Amino acid sequence: MSKAQSKPEGVTPSQTVGPYFAYGLTSNGKYDWNDAFSNNLVTADTSGERVRVEGRVFDGDGNPMVDCMLEIWQADAQGRFSDPQDKRALPNSSFKGFGRCGTDADGRYAFDTIKPGIVHDPDGKPQAPHLVLAVFARGMLLHLYTRIYFGGEAANTTDPVLVLVPVDRRATLIAQQAHCNGNAVYSLDINMQGDNETVFFDV
Amino acid sequence: MTLSYPLQSLTAHPPRLSPGYKSTVKRSPTKPLIPMRHTLSELTGPVYGHETVRENDNDLTLQGKGEPLGERIIVHGHVLDEDGRGVPNTLVELWQANACGRYVHVVDQHPAPLDPNFTGAGRTQSDSEGYYRFVTIKPGAYPWGNHHNAWRPAHIHFSVFGHSFVSRLVTQMYFPGDPLFPFDPIFNSVTDEKARNRMVSDFDLENTQPDWALCYRFNIVLRGRNATPMETK
Repeated sequence: MSKAQSKPEGVTPSQTVGPYFAYGLTSNGKYDWNDAFSNNLVTADTSGERVRVEGRVFDGDGNPMVDCMLEIWQADAQGRFSDPQDKRALPNSSFKGFGRCGTDADGRYAFDTIKPGIVHDPDGKPQAPHLVLAVFARGMLLHLYTRIYFGGEAANTTDPVLVLVPVDRRATLIAQQAHCNGNAVYSLDINMQGDNETVFFDV
Repeated sequence: MTLSYPLQSLTAHPPRLSPGYKSTVKRSPTKPLIPMRHTLSELTGPVYGHETVRENDNDLTLQGKGEPLGERIIVHGHVLDEDGRGVPNTLVELWQANACGRYVHVVDQHPAPLDPNFTGAGRTQSDSEGYYRFVTIKPGAYPWGNHHNAWRPAHIHFSVFGHSFVSRLVTQMYFPGDPLFPFDPIFNSVTDEKARNRMVSDFDLENTQPDWALCYRFNIVLRGRNATPMETK
């Protein structure tokens, strides 16, 4: 069933996900609904360095945001996106590059994934390995975009996006390697406000 | 065809700090967002197909052992880009309260009954022309703690992906003529009246099924317009 569409006057405005999205979007076994997505992106044929990226989300009073939904989007270890708009060969055929996680009672999140490869910017300059992160929550009428970079990457100093960020705020985007027993664990907190307010991007 | 995503399209959205909606005060950034050019990381996005959607995921009246209580409705429409082209094969998720205004969620404890035959969660994939369709129950209004005697107008939450990670949209669909509209700070956080009305579905008599269900049409317009003005067909 289809109808000819006239040109829209604009996009549909965003509204908050509200406090009750968990059963529909991030059930994680707590509700009688199967999740479309999880926080584990690794599939059987995924090559690359396995990493866990974790942290907590805090509001302007420093209270953990326990009703937050985070989504990440990333390239595979070869810098390819699982999207037909990326026309290059896809070495990891079942790696989707997308993950979703609801924060827990401590405001904690975690993604199990692989460290992405190099993605070039529109000028052909290499970007340092990064995840794109979207943050949704009650009290957020429009989600926020930020990025998660990996501590210890030499490429961070020349990344064409990181260099746009004032030097004293770059640390809010770089996950630090916390510990390593088997898989590398990187840690980064998201602060909506305050001295360490996370850098968000206008994209 | 390549889509571009000018920032200008974002002006339809509500300001992140909308003090009438109190939770925004501590949950919106205080520092300006940093502009950057879109790279492949922003211009691509997740693609999810039929494997994600099960039979009956788009019919919320068939998910329990029996029929849920309330007013059965059809909600359908197109997912479109800003040029009015259908966004094909994109995942559309929804969640909503039941007919009494109660959500299946541990945090929702307001004194209205749960319906054992209604979860309020659904998903579907738009077809090759961007068309989607759900069968569900009309959700009830419900009280919330934002201010004295605060009630949310009846609404259905939608989550849509689109062509790229920057076309991602989470919104709420409202029902025409709701008397609660003037009093709801979330609805009114969208300050432009025309933009606000794009969140209100249209009653659709033509597609109402006689003796069975009223129908509402809700088109969802995502970011993205033709990057090359002289498109040749």
